[in-house]
Amino acid sequence: MSTPTWAQLGYLLAAVAFILALKGLSSPKTARRGNLLGAAGAVLACVIVFFANDLHNIVPILIAVAVGTVIGVLGAYRVQMTQMPQLVALFNGVGGGAAAIVALVELHEITERSAATPLFTLIATAFTVVVGSVSFAGSVITFLKLQELMTTRPVIFPGYPVAYGLAMLAVLGFSVWLVLAPSMLLGIPLAVFGLALGVLLVLPVGGADVPIVISLLNAFTGLTVAASGYVLENTLLLVAGTLVGSAGTLLTRLMAKAMGRSLANTLFGALRGGSTLG
Amino acid sequence: MSEPLVWLTIFVLSVFVGIEVISKVSPTLHTPLMSGANAIHGVILVGAILVAGSADSTPILALSLVAVVLAAINMTGGFVVTDRMLQMFAPRKKVTAAD
Repeated sequence: MSTPTWAQLGYLLAAVAFILALKGLSSPKTARRGNLLGAAGAVLACVIVFFANDLHNIVPILIAVAVGTVIGVLGAYRVQMTQMPQLVALFNGVGGGAAAIVALVELHEITERSAATPLFTLIATAFTVVVGSVSFAGSVITFLKLQELMTTRPVIFPGYPVAYGLAMLAVLGFSVWLVLAPSMLLGIPLAVFGLALGVLLVLPVGGADVPIVISLLNAFTGLTVAASGYVLENTLLLVAGTLVGSAGTLLTRLMAKAMGRSLANTLFGALRGGSTLG
Repeated sequence: MSEPLVWLTIFVLSVFVGIEVISKVSPTLHTPLMSGANAIHGVILVGAILVAGSADSTPILALSLVAVVLAAINMTGGFVVTDRMLQMFAPRKKVTAAD
């Protein structure tokens, strides 16, 4: 997948638009302009990808883009002001899910290729599958909590730390296995354990702390997109994903600080205070 | 410089840019900034289009198209909902200015 020079320059322009968008969003006067600039950068990138690559299946792709756009825009316009945080959580989740699927499909491509795939690429692929799944499942749970479709109280069950540890071990084990013997079939259980880890990560978080966790999952999705940029050898995805990953991490800390909470306390406070750990 | 090192350099510099560029965010803008950053990672749509465009079998194409739909929801929905949030800021600012 070699990209022509004009397209690389276009991606650079889009990356600059994203940086200026984040800068603009940091100040009330420029926030709206910043957001529009970010949208312009994203549209530019999507136009470039169609012209710079010899793509097949153009018609189904365009239909899929149209379907996603209609769903996204309708969702964004229909939502009540008070329900915006959970909608952002949902948008973040589907982004993470998209990145995980892209990595799974790329795994299939890797196994078809005759040449050996570099180690770092395989590690980045495994990372994308896991963290994308964590972000998807975690975001769905935050949505359910904020929408009050489930209890907003921290959920802890007996044996929770054991389940968490086992899920973590399974994710690490399958990641190593995947890097040593890449195949799409191994990617699927890896994604499933990633989903379980995402659910377990968010369950102990109380309702008031949920926005902080949404911001954390947002940073996770950013890093996922960055890793998939490395796998697909696309600099824009790397830069945009990393920007969101680092800015999102700082924002998570700022939000926690503004609410007088520490991040560790937000995530694991219920565990420490819970009867399960005495 | 070997290619992985070039990528590592871009990554590390982007980390610093991301931190630096939002370090002075005003607390009222925390949620819109989160939402705007969320829309930006919707650019994974580019990656989803790339894999869908090189899919060689129907199941793989179908899976990639699911990724395209999800990424398009993330990207367009993200920017639109951020714009709606920021619209709420505008009238409120006028009221305080009139006070």
